[in-house]
Order: sequence, then C-alpha cells, then structure tokens
Amino acid sequence: MTFIERLRPAQRGQLLLAHLALLAYTALALFPVFLVVINSVKGRRAIFQSPYALPNRDTWDLVGYEKVLDNSNFPDYFLNSITVTVGALFFILLAGSMAAWALAEYRFPGNAIMGLYLALGIMIPIRLGTISILRLVVRLGLADTLAALILIYTAAGLPLAIFILTQFMRQVPRDLKDAARVDGASEYRIYLMTLPLIRPALGTVAVFNMIPVWNDLWFPLIIAPSEANKTVTLGAQVFLGQFVNDWNAVLASLTLAMIPVIILYIIFSRQLIRGLTSGAVK
Amino acid sequence: MTSANSARRRKPFPVHILVFLAPAFIIYTLFMIYPLLDSLRLSLYAPDVNRQEVFVGLDNYERLMTNDLWQPRIEGAIKNNLVFFAIHMLVQNPIGLMLAALLSSQFIRGRAIYRTLIFTPTVLSVVLVGFIWRMILSPLWGISTDFLDLFGLAAYDKPWLGLEETALPTLSLISVWQWVGIPMMLFLAALISIPDELIEAARVDGATAWGVFWRIRFRLIMPTVGIVGVLTFVGNFNAFDLIYTTQKATAGPNYSTDILGTFFYRTFFGVQLQPGNPTMGATVAGVMFLIILAGVLLYMFGWQRRMLQVEF
Repeated sequence: MTFIERLRPAQRGQLLLAHLALLAYTALALFPVFLVVINSVKGRRAIFQSPYALPNRDTWDLVGYEKVLDNSNFPDYFLNSITVTVGALFFILLAGSMAAWALAEYRFPGNAIMGLYLALGIMIPIRLGTISILRLVVRLGLADTLAALILIYTAAGLPLAIFILTQFMRQVPRDLKDAARVDGASEYRIYLMTLPLIRPALGTVAVFNMIPVWNDLWFPLIIAPSEANKTVTLGAQVFLGQFVNDWNAVLASLTLAMIPVIILYIIFSRQLIRGLTSGAVK
Repeated sequence: MTSANSARRRKPFPVHILVFLAPAFIIYTLFMIYPLLDSLRLSLYAPDVNRQEVFVGLDNYERLMTNDLWQPRIEGAIKNNLVFFAIHMLVQNPIGLMLAALLSSQFIRGRAIYRTLIFTPTVLSVVLVGFIWRMILSPLWGISTDFLDLFGLAAYDKPWLGLEETALPTLSLISVWQWVGIPMMLFLAALISIPDELIEAARVDGATAWGVFWRIRFRLIMPTVGIVGVLTFVGNFNAFDLIYTTQKATAGPNYSTDILGTFFYRTFFGVQLQPGNPTMGATVAGVMFLIILAGVLLYMFGWQRRMLQVEF
C-alpha cells in the first residue's frame, strides 16, 4: 500500500476510477456466467422468483441435471470432444513441428515458397471450402467420423502452428545440433532432440488450437452430426434447442458444457495469456 | 557455370527433408488448399437436367447478383455483415483498447486477475454464449428488465432478439461481449512492449497521461491496430455459430440477422422446404472468399506497407 501513499490525491482518484472501470467490466464479463451456474442448481420456482440469490437448502434442486443425463449422452459427447481435440492437437504438433524443423533447419530450393504456401491458410478460413471438404470426406469413406474432424482441424491449425514453431526452431543454438551431427546422430534424432527445447512454443500452439477445436460448431454439425459422434458443442446445441423451454434443463446443460472449458482455462490461462501477449501471433 | 548448375540439379533432393515436410504438406493440401480451390471451381458449375454438374462460367454469380430470389438474400447478408463488422470495430476494439490501456498501467494492482477474468467469455463456445444471452434477455426471466431498471430505464425493455430492428445490433453486442478479450490481449501485448524510456521522455516534456497515450503510445501500436482490424474483419465475415444458435439457420426475424455464414449454410445445406444447392453454396463461398481476400490484401498492401515505412 505504500506506493499509494506516495501518490498525489489526483492520481489516487485516477487509480480509483481505473479500478472501478475494470471492476465494472469484470462484473459484466462474469455476471451472465455466474447467473447461469447458480440457477442451474435451483428449482424452477426459485429460478424465476429469486434469480440473483445463491441456492440454499429450500431452493436446491438438481432436477435439471437429472434431465440432462436422462435425455442426452453428455458423457459420450465429452469423450468425442476429448478424442477430437487431443487427436487434432497431436497431429498439429507432430506434423507442424516436423515441417517447421525442415523450414528452419535446411536450406533447400523452394524453402521460401514452401513456407509461404503453408502460411496461406493463416488468414483464409477453412470453412469456405466446406462443400468440397464434405465431398472429399465422403469419397474417402470418412463421412460422419471423428477421424474426419481430426484431419480437418489439423489442416486448419497447421499454418499458424508452422509459422510460430519455425520462429522458435530458428532460435535453437546451432552448436548443439552440430555437436550431435559430429556424434553421428541422424537428422531425425536431432529433430527429436530439439523438441524439448521449444516446449513453451509447443504449449502455446496447443493452447491456441485447443479452445477453437473444442468450441467449434460448424464442422461437427456438417461433417459428423450423428448421435454417436456428437461433440459437446454440437450435443449442447441440439439439446438446448429441444429443451429450450425447460429452464432447469437448459441451465444445467449450459453449466455442464461450460465446466470442462473453464477448468481447462484455469489450468492453461497462464500459458494462453503468455502466448497471446508474447507476440506469438504477430 | 551451366555444368555446375546441372550437377547441383542432379544431386538427389535430401530424403529427410521430404519426410519432415510430407505429413503437414499432405494434410494441409488435401483438407484445406484442395477444398478451397475445388469449391471455387464448383462455383462455376451447375447441375443440368440429368443432375450432372456442368461448367456454366460465371452464371451462378450472375444469378446470385440479379435473380429475384437470390439477389435480396445476398444483398441483405452483405449489408447485415457490414453492420455486424461495424459494431465490432466501433465497440469491441475501442473497449479492448481501453481495457488494455488500463491493464498496462503499472499502478493497477491485480492486473493479472482482471485480465484473466475479463478473458473468460472468450474461451466459452459461441453456442453457450448464445444461449446464456438468450436467457438473460428473455422477458420471461426479466434479467435485462432488472438491469435497465437500475438506471430507471425499465420502460425501454424490449424483446431484443425478437424485433427486426434490434436483433442484429443485439447479437453484434453479444459477440462483442464474447470476443473483446482478443483485441484486449493484442493491444496489451503491444502496449507493454513499448520501451519505458520513450514514455518517460514524454512525461519529462510535461505531456499529460492522456496526451502520452494518444500521441505516443497509440501511434506506436498502429501495427497492432491493423492486425486487430483484419482479424475482426476475417472473423466477422466468416461468423455463423452465434446467429445459428440463437436465431436458427433462417436468421430471423425475417432475415434481419442473416449474415454470409448463415446464408452460405442455408444455400448448400438447405433448410426446411428449401433443398440444398451445393453449386450455389460454393458460389456464396466464392463471394465470401473474394470479400475476405480483398480485406486481407487491403491490410497487407495498404496498412502494413505504410506501417513498415513509418518504422524504418
């Protein structure tokens, strides 16, 4: 608190105003989420009579959650979302780091053109090719499979991943690689050796891709809409559409769908924010 | 010289480089570049009487722009998309800048906490955000009425998502609420990377905090202003989830919230009684592609080039 005492009264006033503005905006950002969560564990009456009150013994009611679990396959949806997200992240990191290594390490004819070609996708949304993707997926016999989603998200995530990872691969000290070469290590071995050195960049790429993949509605809706392959986002969308007038069920399913994302965010927020603010996206 | 060149050419291309590049190249080409090109090709085709797709040149585009059934829809979608984009540029990005300016001050305690909390809506899926706000704005629940009542404006409450004139601005603001975290982070990153000496020098010269911000800091982050602008543009002209979630594929009431993403979906997938039309869908995607490309090129050759001249 000492530094506050050193400030002039006018500066203290400014500081107070700044905090008020930030607090107000934080409240605006969190209040809707908070309202949904607290009302998801209340009975129908309490939701409407006292929406702002925390649940208590009288208003506590898990009827919404029971309905969600009885009428939908949320556990399966979670499993599908995890499969797709982990699968896509794995291939983005593997294929992305391999390509980034080649671009950063070797001088070969066409290096610059290859880098440019792989970067084209950073600004062009993959959704614009949806009709042809759908036809391609059908031709490959991957219609309505999680594998198709994994491949699509991998393709969509690769351009930015390669762009970021190439910059980090270039910073790996040359001595290290040359020493390994003198020892007779193969190029594949040296690539594997550099991966731990760029772990922060790999983490940034993973976190950047995790949220959009988990949250995407478009491709699950079009490529893999069957009940067995629904992701949480699509499953929640369909369930919410059907139960739109059942407030308990809607609030409970919203909360259920939000919790894993918020937990992931709490775990990875540092990495995500560091990635965003370190200029990795510039 | 020639013999040296040809000798180099004859040297086999190192296999390991191909191995490293192959997985990314194949997946990216097959699932991104090829579909984008194939979709553009498809926009030049139309089914004939035997349902075979035959080359028709630019007929689909002409139909889209002049046919009585198509023209109002594409025009409406583009106009609505421009409104959607304008609201993001005028509300989301200034708020993002303001929050970033506050969060970049060393005197604010708990900056990291504010930053993390304010970013929370950005990590939620658009589907959840859409439904959360549908409930908040529902007259049945009355949350928005209570909020307006705080300012004595309860009488002005409306079914915001149900009226033609308010639905699109309301949805735009919901989207702003969700995405403001992105410009905030990008501006913040740019602001904290400005060397302290520059700002100190201005302070010594007697500039006020306000003056320092607009005359020095804002000018130094102009490259980021451009990045935020182009990201907003691409994101907005590619948006779909929020409208689909809250207003269904028909983008009601009466198409007042129809943007290019929802129009694209309806065209190729069909909705209710209207059957899907892949080639016209590809044509709508082609229009979206041209719009996005124009925006990106304008940024790259208009804004970024000017920025480089300023920097060096």
